Amino acid sequence: MNVLVIAEHDRGTLAPATLEALAAARPLGTVHVATLGDVADGLVEVLAAHGAAHVHQVHHPLLADYGPEAWGDAVAQLVWSLNPEVVLACGTDRGNEVLAHLAAITDLPFVANCLEIRPGDATWSITRVRWGGSLLEQCELSAGRKLASVAHHAFEASEAPVSASTAVFTPELDALVARTVVTERVERAAGVTLATSPVVVGGGRGVGSPEGFGPLEELAGLLGGVVGCSRAVTNNGWRNHTDQVGQTGTRIAPDLYFACGISGAIQHWVGAMASKKILAINTDAEANMVTKADYAVIGDLHQVIPAISAEIR
Amino acid sequence: MRVLVCVKRVPAPGAKINITADGMAVDTAFLGFTTSPHEECAVEEAVQLVERHGGEATVLTLGPAEADEQLRYAASLGVQKAVLLPTDGSDWDPQRTAKAITEAILGIEAAEGPFDIILFGNESADSGGFQVGVRVARALARPIINGIKGIEVGDGSVRARREAEAGMEVYTLPMPVVLGVKEGINLPRYPTLKGRLASKKVDVAQVAPGGEAGGQRLVTLAQAAEQASNTVILGKGPDAAAAVVDMLEELGLLK
Ligand SMILES: Cc1cc2nc3c(=O)[nH]c(=O)nc-3n(C[C@H](O)[C@H](O)[C@H](O)COP(=O)(O)OP(=O)(O)OC[C@H]3O[C@@H](n4cnc5c(N)ncnc54)[C@H](O)[C@@H]3O)c2cc1C
Ligand SMILES: Nc1ncnc2c1ncn2[C@@H]1O[C@H](COP(=O)(O)O)[C@@H](O)[C@H]1O
Repeated sequence: MNVLVIAEHDRGTLAPATLEALAAARPLGTVHVATLGDVADGLVEVLAAHGAAHVHQVHHPLLADYGPEAWGDAVAQLVWSLNPEVVLACGTDRGNEVLAHLAAITDLPFVANCLEIRPGDATWSITRVRWGGSLLEQCELSAGRKLASVAHHAFEASEAPVSASTAVFTPELDALVARTVVTERVERAAGVTLATSPVVVGGGRGVGSPEGFGPLEELAGLLGGVVGCSRAVTNNGWRNHTDQVGQTGTRIAPDLYFACGISGAIQHWVGAMASKKILAINTDAEANMVTKADYAVIGDLHQVIPAISAEIR
Repeated sequence: MRVLVCVKRVPAPGAKINITADGMAVDTAFLGFTTSPHEECAVEEAVQLVERHGGEATVLTLGPAEADEQLRYAASLGVQKAVLLPTDGSDWDPQRTAKAITEAILGIEAAEGPFDIILFGNESADSGGFQVGVRVARALARPIINGIKGIEVGDGSVRARREAEAGMEVYTLPMPVVLGVKEGINLPRYPTLKGRLASKKVDVAQVAPGGEAGGQRLVTLAQAAEQASNTVILGKGPDAAAAVVDMLEELGLLK
C-alpha cells in the first residue's frame, strides 16, 4: 500500500508535526512525501531518516508561499498521478485545510485529527478526537482513497532510516488560485508565547476585573512565565482572546499551570491538560479544577497570589 | 452587502461530557444548547458587516427542529433572516452536510441574489471536522480561507488576517468570498430585550435537506481517559504561600 504524507512547512522550514505524521504512515505501507514549493536544504535527508522512501518535490511559481487552493490543487494532481491508497497530513490549521481542499476536489470523505488508524478491507476503523479532545469517536471510513489528518501528539516522531528517491512533480495550476496565496505577513516578536511558556498563570472569572490581573502578571514575571485566561475572561472583554486557554483558544503544555479562579469546565481543561503540573487556587474546594489539579490552595486568589509573590521575593 | 453565516447547534456541557447508553451521542438530558464560540463570533461579524456596509444578514443551520433556538438567538443580535435545514437530529457526516448547505445556498441565491460574504466557524464545537466550509466554498467555486481573525472589506475585495505560528498572515481575496472565522475576531454582543422580542417574529424559512450519507460513519463515542488525580491541598488562604514556594523549588521553577 502506498501512503502519501503532505509535509507541512512554512517557507521551507519543516513543522515538527510532519514527523509525527510519518510515524503514523509507516505501519500502513510504503511512505511517499510531498513537499510543496522550495524547502530548506537537507530536508529530504530528514524525511528519509523518518521513513520516507520517495520524496515528491512539487514545484510551481504559485507555490512560492502558502495558499490553500494552490496547495489543494497541486496535491490533487499528484494524487491522481501517484494513486496512493492513503493521504495523510498533520492535524494542524494548514494540514486540515489542505486535506479539506483535497477532499472537496475529489469528493472523498476526510477524517480530521485521528488518534489511531486501523486498516481493514472495505472499511477502515478510526479513532479520532471530538470536542477538542474531551471525547473520542470511533468511526468507520469507507472510501476508495483514505484521507486523514493526524492529531498532534498522537504518534511519537521516531527515526526509521531508509534511502529516499526524489522526483520533481510540476502541477498545472490555474492563475486564479493566486487569490488565496498569502499577500503579506506580520512576523511575531521573539519571546515565549502562551503555547511554549514553561509557566502559565491563568485567571478566570474569579479574578473579577481587568485590573485584577495585575498580581497574576507580577507572579508570571517573577517566574519567567506568561498570563493566560478562561473564556469567561475574554467574553467579558477583560483580556484579549490570544490569552485564552482551551478548546477554542490555545493548547498549553507548561511545567506548571496556576489555574486561579477557574472552575475547570471541560472546554478549558482540554487546553490545559497537557500541563506537567497544575496548581488550582479557588475559593471552592469542590471546583472541578481543584479536584483535577495536582496541587490546590483553597482561598481568595486576591490574597493568595500576592502572598506567593511576596514569599518568592 | 449580503452576508450568510452558518452555525451548528451543539450541547453546552459543563465539567464533563456524558455519553448516552448506546454510545452514539452526548447525553443532553440536563444540558442547554449553544453553538461554537467561533460561530458566535461569525454571527457577530455578520451583524457588524451589515451595520458598517448596509444590506442584510442571514443565518442558516442544518439540524433538528429545536435548532430554531440558535437561529432566533442570532436574530436577536441583529441577523435579519433565518433558514433551517431540518433533520431528525442524528449525526450528519461533513460531506453530506456540506452538500445540503451548498444546495440551500444555491436555492437562496437564485431567489434573492448572491451572497457577497459567507461565514463559517473555523470548526464545529462537537465533531470538529475542519471541512464543511471548504467543501461548500469549493462547490460554489469561491475562495475560502480558514482561521480568520480580522476582516476588512474594500472595493470588491476583502483583507483577511489569520494567526499562524510565525505571526500574522494576510490574504487579499476577491468577493464573493467564504471565510472560516476564529473566536477572537470580535467580542460578541448580548441580545437586548428589543432584539429578543423582534427575534420571535422572524420567519424561519425551511429547506428540506437531501443527499446521501458520505463515507465517514460514527460508530461510538467514549470519554477520553483521565489520569486519576490525588490533589495535594497545600493550604488555605495566604498562609499557604510558603508551601507553594517549596513546591516551586521542588519543581526547579525558582530562578
Ligand atoms: C464549544 C465551547 C468551547 C469553549 N471553549 C473554551 C475555551 O477555549 N476556554 C475556556 O476557558 N472556556 C471555553 N468554553 C467555556 C467554558 O464552558 C466555561 O464557561 C468557562 O471556561 C468558564 O470560565 P471560568 O472558569 O473562568 O468561570 P466560572 O465557571 O464562572 O468559574 C469561576 C471560578 O472562580 C472561582 N472563584 C470566584 N471568586 C474567586 C476568588 N476570589 N478566588 C478564587 N477563586 C474564585 C469560583 O469558585 C469558580 O470556580 C467553551 C464553551 C463551549 C460551549
Ligand atoms: N449542521 C450544520 N449546520 C450549519 N452549519 C454547519 C453545520 N455543520 C458545520 N457547519 C459549519 O461548518 C463549520 C465547520 O464545521 P466542521 O467541518 O464540522 O468542523 C462550522 O463551524 C459551521 O459554521
